[in-house]
Amino acid sequence: MTGLSITAKVLIGTSLLGCVAGMAGSFVVLRRRALVGDMLAHAALPGLCIAYLVIGDRHRLGLLLGAFLAGLLAMGVLTLVTRTTRTKEDAAIGIVLSTFYAAGIVLLSVIAHVPQGNKAGLSTYLFGQASSMLDADIAILSVVSLVALVVLMALYKELKVFSFDPEFARSQGWPTLMLDMTMMGTLTVVTIVGLPIVGVVLMAALIIIPGAAARFWTERLGVMLVLSAVIGAATGSLGTLESSGQLAQWLGFDPLGLVTGGIAMPTGPVIVLCGAAIFLFSVLFAPRRGVISRAVSEVNLRRKTARENLLRTLYELSEHNLEQRPPIALEAIRARRAWSPWAARWLLAAASRRGDVERKQNQVRLTPKGLRRAAEVTRAHRLWEMFLIEGANIASDHVDRDADSIEHLLTPDTLDALEKRLADSGALPEEDRQVPVSPHALEESESTPSRDP
Amino acid sequence: MTTIAEWLAQLDDQTRTTLWIFTVGSLTNVSCGLIGCFLVLRRMSLLGDALAHAVLPGLAVAFLLSGSLGIGYMFVGALAAGLLTTLLTQALHKHGGVPADASMGVVFTSLFALGVILIRRFASQVHIDTECVLEGLLDYVGLNTIPVAGLELPRQFLSIAPVFLLNVAFILLFWKELKISSFDPALSTTMSIPAGLMHYVLMALVALTAVASFEAVGSILVIAMLIAPGATAHLLCDRLGRMLWVAAGVGVISAIAGRLLAVQFDTNTAGMMAVVAGACFALAVVLSPRYGLASKMIRNARTSLRIFSEDLLGMLYRLEELAVQRSLGRGEAVQAVGGGLLAHWELSRLIRRGYVVSTADGVRLTEQGRRHARGLVRSHRLWEAYLVEHLGLPHDHVHAPAERMEHYIDERLAREISERLSDTEVDPHGRDIPAD
Amino acid sequence: MHSNLETQFAVGTPAEADSPPPVEIHDMTVAYHRKPVLWDIDLVVPEGKLVGIVGPNGAGKTTLIKAVLGLVPLASGKVEIYGRPYRRQRHLVGYVPQRESVDWDFPVSVLDVVTMGTYGRLGWCRRPGKSERELAQDCLQQVGMEALADRQIRQLSGGQQQRVFLARALAQSAQIYFMDEPFAGVDAATEKAIINLLKELRAQRKTVLVVHHDLQTVQQYFDHVILLNMRLIACGPTETAFTAENLNTTYGGRLTILDKAAEAVRLGDRPR
Repeated sequence: MTGLSITAKVLIGTSLLGCVAGMAGSFVVLRRRALVGDMLAHAALPGLCIAYLVIGDRHRLGLLLGAFLAGLLAMGVLTLVTRTTRTKEDAAIGIVLSTFYAAGIVLLSVIAHVPQGNKAGLSTYLFGQASSMLDADIAILSVVSLVALVVLMALYKELKVFSFDPEFARSQGWPTLMLDMTMMGTLTVVTIVGLPIVGVVLMAALIIIPGAAARFWTERLGVMLVLSAVIGAATGSLGTLESSGQLAQWLGFDPLGLVTGGIAMPTGPVIVLCGAAIFLFSVLFAPRRGVISRAVSEVNLRRKTARENLLRTLYELSEHNLEQRPPIALEAIRARRAWSPWAARWLLAAASRRGDVERKQNQVRLTPKGLRRAAEVTRAHRLWEMFLIEGANIASDHVDRDADSIEHLLTPDTLDALEKRLADSGALPEEDRQVPVSPHALEESESTPSRDP
Repeated sequence: MTTIAEWLAQLDDQTRTTLWIFTVGSLTNVSCGLIGCFLVLRRMSLLGDALAHAVLPGLAVAFLLSGSLGIGYMFVGALAAGLLTTLLTQALHKHGGVPADASMGVVFTSLFALGVILIRRFASQVHIDTECVLEGLLDYVGLNTIPVAGLELPRQFLSIAPVFLLNVAFILLFWKELKISSFDPALSTTMSIPAGLMHYVLMALVALTAVASFEAVGSILVIAMLIAPGATAHLLCDRLGRMLWVAAGVGVISAIAGRLLAVQFDTNTAGMMAVVAGACFALAVVLSPRYGLASKMIRNARTSLRIFSEDLLGMLYRLEELAVQRSLGRGEAVQAVGGGLLAHWELSRLIRRGYVVSTADGVRLTEQGRRHARGLVRSHRLWEAYLVEHLGLPHDHVHAPAERMEHYIDERLAREISERLSDTEVDPHGRDIPAD
Repeated sequence: MHSNLETQFAVGTPAEADSPPPVEIHDMTVAYHRKPVLWDIDLVVPEGKLVGIVGPNGAGKTTLIKAVLGLVPLASGKVEIYGRPYRRQRHLVGYVPQRESVDWDFPVSVLDVVTMGTYGRLGWCRRPGKSERELAQDCLQQVGMEALADRQIRQLSGGQQQRVFLARALAQSAQIYFMDEPFAGVDAATEKAIINLLKELRAQRKTVLVVHHDLQTVQQYFDHVILLNMRLIACGPTETAFTAENLNTTYGGRLTILDKAAEAVRLGDRPR
């Protein structure tokens, strides 16, 4: 340990901290109690001050113990207030946070007036300064992190049940109060050992960011915990390397542009910014849950829906005379679909580019290829309608599980199965296998008078 | 004006400073407290916390672009940062599927970190001290004054006073809109008062208030004052208007008491004000007449006392009914209704009030006590009969619910029940239902 | 489309030929994120009717109302209130949201809540005056709650809270009312009071759309039903639309409910 350079020591400390804070934080993020971490960090201050006033700053462990007790007290007050009064949890968190912290500030200025008082040692806790960490700090940090890690892994199953459904956990006879206390206690410990590195305000980031970022990449709690630990460790180590200028040295350039001025950057904020960068990357680029992938699939879905609605409308408007593929007025299409003239024209232009329709002034006509596609789409639509009718309960389950399973996205397999089922029950008209007649009786009678001869 | 100026001039420095601290502190606390009421009611208290932190990069960027620490630039910067925080938080929540609290936590910590770095990187020579952002410089309020119309007004006063007026004017002008969009956003939107717009306007005001309060009191007092007075008032009031007055009162009390205590203990004024506000909240939690812990406990104790006394009377009545010869001793009677100190206390109270007499062989009902007990037993048996007749519960399942209900059935209800019963003479167990 | 509808109405009652229907939904599709909730809804609600919106859980009943009121965006389609877009007809529409949607700890009195019904008419910045408060008092009286005007709203029972919401809707003095499960969790007396109120509204030629859960009472309460299960199953007068077949379609294989419903249909307007 002593043989290592300062940077190496700090690196070990910050990555361990990031790792365990990420794991403990995952649970609170999932339980929608992310800002309890923020509260704990702030609430530790008066504990630190009182411990300092009592035992001085020679015993790091004593200071941390004071902070820990203050954190527990804050948790207790929070629980009491939210359980017994009409004050909601958010307000209660805010009040406990600010009152405890203000008490800390008050005590700090008392300390400043004490003879031989030296609040420099304490102000590292406020803003965090990893480079001022002592060997003792790192030792404490490592031990605490490892213990917390072991606790979280040992209680993985229990915490999982408890986080997901506390009522169920209680009904199964798990000691939920104990589990809650273990989870929050672990969080408190982790928060407090992290204070000297990132400071009071930014500790919340180390707790929240890894879990929230990991959530984007997976739907499994186990994977999420591992990922958040990795992201936390990466955040810690990248931040440390960046703030010490090491990263810039290795890469030949400075990825965040922070140290080029030759001014040493405080470790805490740099770590948090690294975390924010990883988080932002996850938000944007994660598959499925990421914003870009969501937006793309939404646009695709909308385009597909519009295209198929157009084909279906054209099919239905041509249905009385399919062989001839009669020309259809633009107005007739717009009357059946609430499209703006602009949108209708754009859709038709796209359709004619695909060779589905021919356009002549204000009239369109399905091409043979377009007719085939339109028939297919209409068939799927009508099958889906029947599916809903035949098995409404199954259908809604189906839609819940996979959001994309509306008519436009029925897979060929499903279609086959459906068709077979419907044919078996005699619901699929034999004479016109390709397009079953719409079972949507209402549509015919009320809103499609134009189909009548 | 001149008279005020003369009056101020003839004060000694100490008094003048104290006066300014009272004024600036009160204005700050009341501004935050008023707007904070709506945050508390909308369950967005922590957005106040987030905004108070996240304006830091706004200040830094405003300074970098303008090269000055003028109030105007700072306002614009803070406003932009505040709105950015709100927008990012909502976007993350809505489009990214991040839980609301986590997205808030990510956004404000990241922005705060950015602010710290920007200041360190580009503005380390100027005095935007992160420590002062947290703790405030209220103690030095009289030192930095600007002459306005012949008066030497502190800089902090000049920044908070307009914001205070703006907040008050906004609340007065848009009272109805604020009320309905906080209470029922959906209805408000259907009534052409878009709840989303009100949300952003409110957030803009919070950001403005936060930045105007900063220099004086620091972010921590801003957070405390945005939340604590509103939450305290919510525990004490059932009307929005009164709630705002109480919140303002808590703000002023915190300012004055905070200063006095800070002088007493020679410590940080802003911090002490926040502690006082927290203490006000704690007091309300315990002592609020309707929602406080103490009053709840008293109410609960009263109810259990009443239940003990009614159980005692009912039991003695039933014993008389069964014509049991032997009277119960005091200890036995208490034991029979569950025992404990409260039961003892209640029995002696019944004896004092002349419902029960205690003789050498034991306790028995007086005429007055018998009349009262008859009513109770009547309620009990009516309820049992009702449960059997109207809900079809089996006979052996109705005693326990009736045991609970008898304490809550008043005369009117008893009459109503008896009107719906086909037989009001005998209960399901075949015992007489005493007449009225 | 418009001309079509008008010809349709011309065939119906001549008195209504000129005025467009209170609610007309055309080609409406609603999706939350990528999950479709309602699609291809086309329906017309006639004036002066009590309309029940019926369907299983998750069928999109609440979403239908919210989409009409512009509270959730439409993926496609349009909604017209008396022939014009909803935004321009807000003053004609009253809304009773689900009871769970508000914070009952909010520091307002019963009268305050009812007075909120008049806010939409007042426009920005104007405060409710004496006449608004009197109107609110009147509305409270209509639901039999005038004695509790000064209570904080948490201190009411579920049924009383629901009545306050109804009084607030009355204070909106709307032509069309949308009510989201007004009968959920209320006592029998309140249910009766509510239904009397609805009938009163109908007598004044107001149109009321009610999300309703209890199939047994549909025939008793409503003139017109909208059967919904993610798509429109049927929309029409109760006698013709509330059939065993349509219910079967709406509720699919949910036999227990279906049995109950079939029984209700068979027994006609069996008293509860």
